[in-house]
Amino acid sequence: MSLLDILRVRAREGRQTVAYPDGPVKLPERFRGRPTLDASRCPDGCERCAEACPTDAVGPLGAGAGGVGLDLGRCLFCADCVEACPEGAIAFTRDFRLAARTRGALVVQRDEALLAEALGQKLRELFGRSLKLREVCAGGCNGCEAELNACGNIQFDMGRFGIQWVASPRHADGLVLTGPVTENMRDALLRTYEAIPAPKLVIAVGACAISGGPFRGSPAVRDGVGDLLPVDLWLPGCPPHPLTFLDGVLRLLGRVQGGREAEIVRLPQATSESRAAAGALKGR
Amino acid sequence: MLELTNATAVSRREIPALAADAFRSALGDALRGGARLGALFGREGAAGEAILTAVVNDDGVGASRVVEARVRGGYPSLTSEWPEAQAFERELFEETGVVPEGHPWLKPLRFPPRPGGEGAASIPGAYPYFAVEGEEVHEVAVGPVHAGVIEPGHFRFQCHGERVLHLEIQLGWQHRGVEELLRGGPTKRTLSIVETIAGDTTIGHAIAHCELLEALSGGVAPPRAQALRGVALELERLANHVGDLGALAGDVGFLPSASFLGRLRAEFLNATAEICGSRFGRGLLVPGGVRFDVGSEAAAALAVRVEKAVRSVQAAADLFFDAPSVRGRTDGVGVVAPALAASLGLVGPAARACGLARDVRRDHPSGIYRFAYLPAVLAQHGDVFSRAWIRLLEAERSAAFVAQQLRSLPGGPVRVALGSLAPDRLALSLVEGWRGEICHVALTGADGRFERYDVTDPSVHNWLGLAMALRGEQISDFPLCNKSFNLSYAGHDL
Repeated sequence: MSLLDILRVRAREGRQTVAYPDGPVKLPERFRGRPTLDASRCPDGCERCAEACPTDAVGPLGAGAGGVGLDLGRCLFCADCVEACPEGAIAFTRDFRLAARTRGALVVQRDEALLAEALGQKLRELFGRSLKLREVCAGGCNGCEAELNACGNIQFDMGRFGIQWVASPRHADGLVLTGPVTENMRDALLRTYEAIPAPKLVIAVGACAISGGPFRGSPAVRDGVGDLLPVDLWLPGCPPHPLTFLDGVLRLLGRVQGGREAEIVRLPQATSESRAAAGALKGR
Repeated sequence: MLELTNATAVSRREIPALAADAFRSALGDALRGGARLGALFGREGAAGEAILTAVVNDDGVGASRVVEARVRGGYPSLTSEWPEAQAFERELFEETGVVPEGHPWLKPLRFPPRPGGEGAASIPGAYPYFAVEGEEVHEVAVGPVHAGVIEPGHFRFQCHGERVLHLEIQLGWQHRGVEELLRGGPTKRTLSIVETIAGDTTIGHAIAHCELLEALSGGVAPPRAQALRGVALELERLANHVGDLGALAGDVGFLPSASFLGRLRAEFLNATAEICGSRFGRGLLVPGGVRFDVGSEAAAALAVRVEKAVRSVQAAADLFFDAPSVRGRTDGVGVVAPALAASLGLVGPAARACGLARDVRRDHPSGIYRFAYLPAVLAQHGDVFSRAWIRLLEAERSAAFVAQQLRSLPGGPVRVALGSLAPDRLALSLVEGWRGEICHVALTGADGRFERYDVTDPSVHNWLGLAMALRGEQISDFPLCNKSFNLSYAGHDL
C-alpha cells in the first residue's frame, strides 16, 4: 500500500459531498418526507387513519379545534395511515424540510412547507459561523444517532458550515437530544445540559425526543423532552434524514432561507386487500 | 425437553414443566451436548411460584428445545458452570426476584424503574462497582454520556499504568420497557416498537417478529416477500459492516478508508430506501409479507448498484488492511480465545472471528435461507483484525446474495392476510442479524394475545466478550476494541 494507491481510490471515488444547499437534492423515489392532509376528502365521523396510526399521530382534532390533524411530533412516517385511508386524503411528499421552532407548528392540517425561522440577530452572530453541538442519547434506538453521525461524514459534511459534534458539553453551544428520555438517563441529560455554557440551544431530534415515539406511555420513559429543557428547534422523523437535520440547523442559523415546492410521492394506494392485510392483526 | 424448529410454534401444554433441580440438570445436559442458551425468562405463576422458560438452540441438529420449571424462591444457578447464562439469570433475578443460587455476580442488568420509585437516576453513585486495590492502581470511569454520538452506558476500568486489569461494563441507561409494552399485543403499535428495539437492526428484529406471528397464525409469507426480506436483511448487514470498517479506520486514525467507507455505507442504506423509502427499512416488513414490491427493472438496477458499491468497499478496505500502521493496531489486539468465546456464548461476527461456526442462516434457516445457502465466514485469531476481516468477507457474500436474489425474484404477491393468533402457544423465531443471533419468544394466552414476549438481542450474549477482550490491553485500545464489537445498548437494555 502506498500513497499512490490511496490517491487512485480517491480519484475513482471522486467528490462525494452532496450538492445541498446550493444544488439539487437527490432522494430515493419512495422517500417519505413531509405528509400532507386534504381534510376536505374526509367523510364525517371517519377515523380510519386514527385507528391505524401506531402513535395516535393523526385523526380528528378535539372538539373546538375542528378538522383533521397530523402531529409530526408523533409521526413515525410509517404510512399505515395512507394504507388505511379510503379517500386518499393523506399523502407523503418528498419534502425533507421538516423543521419547526415551536411544538405546535408540527401539527399538519394541509399541504404547507415547514421552514423554521432563524434565531434573532444576536444569537446568529454568536453561532452563525461556528456551532458546536453535544449530542445526548436518552433511550434513542441508534437510528437517530446513526443519522446524526452521518451528518458529519464526507457526504453531508456539516463541518463545511462550521457545525461540529464535540466531546464535552463544556465545549458546546447546544445540546441535541435523541430518545424518549428514559428515567435512567434523565439525570445525566439534565447534568449535561447544565454543563453547557449559556447562551445555549436545544434541538430535539426524532419522534422519541419530541413525544416518546413508539415508547410513549411506558413507565420507564418520560415521553420525550416535555418541559425538561427549553427546545429551540424540533426535527421530526423516525429517524430524520441527515438532510432534514442539516436543513433545520442551517435555517435556524439563517444560512438557508426560502425554498422550492415539494414533490409529491405516490405511495401504493390503499386497496381492499391491503387494508384487510393491514387490519388483520390490529385488533386493538 | 420439547423440540421445535426456528419460526414454529408449539402448544404450551406439551412443554415439560420440571422441578428446579431437574430443570437445571436438563439444561446442563443440553449445554454439555453442544447446545447454546437462546433465551431464559421468568414470569409469575400461581401461589407465589415463578415459572421459568428456557430455550436452547442446538446448531448441530438445526433445532431448538424448550423446557419450563416451577420454582419457589430460587434454583441452582446455571452460570456457576455455564457463564453464557450470566446475563439471563441477572435479568431473571431483577424481574422476578427468583434467586439463581450460586451465581457468581448477581449485579443489576437494566435498573427497571421500581413502582412508585424515582427511577434509577443515581445508578453510578448508588452501585458498588468492582474495584482493584493496590499501590499505583487507578480507576477510569467513562459514561453514561460518551465523547461521540453514541448510546449511553458506563465503563469502569481498573488500570495499572496503561494496562487494563479489569473492565466492568454497566448498562441499563437505555431501558425503555420494550417487553412490558409488547405484552398484551399485538396492537397497532407493536411493529413500530419491534422496529426500534435496536434501530440499526430494524430489519432483523422485524423479520423475527413477523415470522413469529406467521408461525402463530399458520400463515406463510409469499416467496417474493421472503426473498425481499432476505435482500433487506443482507443490505442491513452490508450497511453496518461497511460502516463499522470505516469507524475502525477512524479509530486508528487511518482517514482515507474512514472517509470512503463512511460514505459507502450510505449506498446500502439508500438501496434499502429505494425499496421502502426508509434508510433503515422502517415500514418495509409487515406480518404476512412486505409492504413494498420492487419492479423487475428497479430490481436489476439495484443489483448493479450494490455490486458497484461493494467493489468500491473492497478498494477502500484493501487500503485499510494493507497499511502497516493499521495492522500494528489491530493484529493481536483485544483477543478473545476460542474456548472463552464458547463459554461466554458469543454469537455473530464476534464468535466467527474466534473460529466458532455459528450462523442462524446456516444452522437454523428460515424464510429465503432455506433455499439460498450462505456460507459461514470464519477467522481464527479472535482479535480486532479478525473481527474487522470477518466484516469485509461477510459484506462481499451478502452483496453477492443481494444481487442474485434481486435478479431472480419469484413472481406472485408480496403480502397475504394473516388469520388470528393461536391461543396457548409458544412460538420461537431466530434471525441472524448483523450482530448475531436475534431470538424472539412469544407465549400466547387463552385470548391469542402475547402473555409474554421475550426479546434477546445478540448484544446480550456479547457485551461480556468485550469486557474480557480488554484484559491486559492498553486502555487506549478501548475505542478500537469497542468498535470491533459494536454492540447495541438499546437492544441490551430493551
